[in-house]
Amino acid sequence: MTGLLLWRGMLAGLAGAFVAATFALIVAEPYVDAAIAFEARHAAHAGGVELVSRATQKTLGLYTAMMLYGTALGGLLAIVVAACHGRVGAIPPRALAVLLAALACVVLVLAPALKYPPTPPAVGLHETVRLRTGAFLGMLAGSLLAALAGAWAAQRLGAVLTRLDRWLAGGLVYLAAVALVAALLPHVDEVPADFPASLLWQYRVAAIAGQMIFWLVTAELFGRLAQPLLAPRVSR
Amino acid sequence: MTSRVAARPLAAPAPSPAGAIPLADIAPWAVFAAIVALILLYFVSTEQGAFALFKGMYVHELVHDGRHLLGFPCH
Repeated sequence: MTGLLLWRGMLAGLAGAFVAATFALIVAEPYVDAAIAFEARHAAHAGGVELVSRATQKTLGLYTAMMLYGTALGGLLAIVVAACHGRVGAIPPRALAVLLAALACVVLVLAPALKYPPTPPAVGLHETVRLRTGAFLGMLAGSLLAALAGAWAAQRLGAVLTRLDRWLAGGLVYLAAVALVAALLPHVDEVPADFPASLLWQYRVAAIAGQMIFWLVTAELFGRLAQPLLAPRVSR
Repeated sequence: MTSRVAARPLAAPAPSPAGAIPLADIAPWAVFAAIVALILLYFVSTEQGAFALFKGMYVHELVHDGRHLLGFPCH
């Protein structure tokens, strides 16, 4: 059963990533190009041989990266749905998948992006990439742990609170824990003074929207694929 | 089948809720999927950025746009 779900999760992730990459190609790539043009004007990159052309980067490279990412996370979504199915209330599989994806949008996309927003080319110093990668992964892990703490708290309070209050209590625990993690991690401010603010904003909105599209499309597809496998097992 | 309804293996620590997939069933898939996912995500997010297993910048340059748009620090 788990193996069958894993297949479907990876397939859904692949398709979700294809949709997200297409969205990125149409909506976000113009901002990437604009940022690279800014970078070229400032000659931040010591000019060298172009290993991969821009045309390849924004098509084959973009789709490759997104679809590897999507397959991996789609598979993990399937595992989490498999583990939660029948254990988290009486939520039908499709609703469970979409609910988990909505949580992923907050926990894995929005919260890390609020602390360390996605940066276009030309923003960010070469020298600090190690620090920034470590800090970003730390924020991601911290947000995930905070969400687990929130889920644990919500479950523990199950006996004394109504369902809505349980969700609110879990959310509050998550918010407090993730705010603490964000406060402890280092502050990064490397936007060049003359980088256009509106370009930065539009790029960030497009990047975050692309990731949310990935999660919601993946979960919707996976829910539809998983429903026939799991539905007969739901005792309603 | 026979009338044995609740035939659980002796080693099973706790019964699974009705309809749920036993966690022991999920565990090997979960561990394997997590390991494969971490390796794939490492190449998309970090290789030839903060760390480099392979020389050169080809992986970095190929996944460049995806890395930026997925929110990972790129360069």
